[in-house]
Amino acid sequence: MAGLIRPCLALQDGLKQTPLHAFHRQQGGKMVNFAGWSMPVQYALSHLESHLHTRQHCSLFDVSHMLQTKVFGRDRVKFMESLVVGDIAELKPDQGTLSLFTNEEGGILDDLIVTSTSEQHLYVVSNAGCREKDWALMQGRAEDLRAAGGDVHLEVSENALLALQGPSAVQVLQTGVSDNLAKLPFMSSAVMGVFGVPGCRVTRCGYTGEDGVEISVPMGRTVELVELLLRDPQVQLAGLAARDSLRLEAGLCLYGNDIDEMTTPVEAALVWTLGKRRRLAMDFPGAPVIVPQIKGKVKRKRVGLISTGPPIRPHMPILSPEGRPIGEVTSGCPSPCLKKNVAMGYVEGEQSRVGTVVAVEVRKKSCPALVTRMPFVPTRYHMLK
Amino acid sequence: MAALRALRRLGASLAPRCPGRCGPLISPRAGWPQAASTRSLGTSALLFSARKFTDKHEWISVENGIGTVGISNFAQEALGDIVYCSLPEIGTKLNKQDEFGALESVKAASELYSPLTGEVTEINATLADNPGLVNKSCYEDGWLIKMTVDNPSELNELMNEDAYEKFIKSIED
Repeated sequence: MAGLIRPCLALQDGLKQTPLHAFHRQQGGKMVNFAGWSMPVQYALSHLESHLHTRQHCSLFDVSHMLQTKVFGRDRVKFMESLVVGDIAELKPDQGTLSLFTNEEGGILDDLIVTSTSEQHLYVVSNAGCREKDWALMQGRAEDLRAAGGDVHLEVSENALLALQGPSAVQVLQTGVSDNLAKLPFMSSAVMGVFGVPGCRVTRCGYTGEDGVEISVPMGRTVELVELLLRDPQVQLAGLAARDSLRLEAGLCLYGNDIDEMTTPVEAALVWTLGKRRRLAMDFPGAPVIVPQIKGKVKRKRVGLISTGPPIRPHMPILSPEGRPIGEVTSGCPSPCLKKNVAMGYVEGEQSRVGTVVAVEVRKKSCPALVTRMPFVPTRYHMLK
Repeated sequence: MAALRALRRLGASLAPRCPGRCGPLISPRAGWPQAASTRSLGTSALLFSARKFTDKHEWISVENGIGTVGISNFAQEALGDIVYCSLPEIGTKLNKQDEFGALESVKAASELYSPLTGEVTEINATLADNPGLVNKSCYEDGWLIKMTVDNPSELNELMNEDAYEKFIKSIED
């Protein structure tokens, strides 16, 4: 597991640090423990201000705690497809997709972005909280494949990862790159120099519902790039607090809250991640459990909820209008954009239709909530027509 | 410890459910205003008390036998922008340390606990439309409830400003 420990970075209080750790502190970042990493939860702007700034202008997030893996070798696609539910073979050069690691029981081990680069490798970004688990899973499968004569090997990237998110994110970035970013659609990726820092991988994706990019930048030049991006007054630093409320408004799952090993992709309303060819071939982990669920019934399903009154929080019981327990909230907060409460949770299959009235038990009081289509706030991804 | 528990919750809501995670390490700025002049405790039927604090970061001041309750500056800073106040109904009878409501920021809910035994006589109705008053003016316009003081001796169990300030320092270290 040596590859998982960044060689130059010290552990303080037993917490791992990103290359921006000292910078965060200088900028007034309030540091918290997130999945064993010391990460900024917010900076000078309040949570609310930071959230709204991201929706109106753009924000820069340090997401270097996420695991960036490069998969090399002739059998890299076969390797990846043996672990995830998506159609990796059909990805065009430098195109990426959200996918899921699943287990034989159909449970979700993690969610991840897989990009099929034009540089003879797959670029995989997965969750910090699942770092050790994901690495063990991938390394184990790579060893099995090699033992069977396959050609695949893994490399952990030591690059930092920055997310620049918001309606003006690409306009800001365009001033520092020579590539025309209008030609970089959502979920595509390219390597370019960014504000003079060569070899950055820029991927048009994010976790806020806004247009924006994630930039994988060489560790030694991370602070320099961040300082250059922050010269534009539209860019503000944002932390985990805003990241969480932004992703919830965008209807995006947080692994460990909204999806986990006990949840299947069908229950999680993530059927769209199951590649069509993969469904027919039933050749991804857990397919015998997952595929029949697509057209059959599931016991519970992830839904969006909207309410007014007291905010809905994780673990609150979801009730039928008659007061019968039908599920549980997995994420929830007052939406800074909608001025209503938004939440995700699981309810019995029959109660999962959009428009169904349910109730949420908030501090022993039953509060009505409406099953609502997600995203709660319209997404603004850059799709090519 | 309402605010601190809220911060712990924040960690819980953000952190993936993985074994071995510990609480977040937020240390809010103390930003503590200096103590106002201390008024003397009333001796007649009319009871007065300068602002006193609980270890859960509520304050109460008493005038004409009625206590006004709010949260401390430390607590409002730790909570961040308050977007919803759940307050009790007038007439609710509270024992000391009973939960009487909650303050909600975008990231977390923080329960409120009664500093004394008494009955709720008034709630701050302006907070329904303007919950951010608790952040802007936690000791004045952002008060939460008023209540009777059924057992004045309970006031002696609360901290004065100096003691509370020391308490804040001790939990920040």
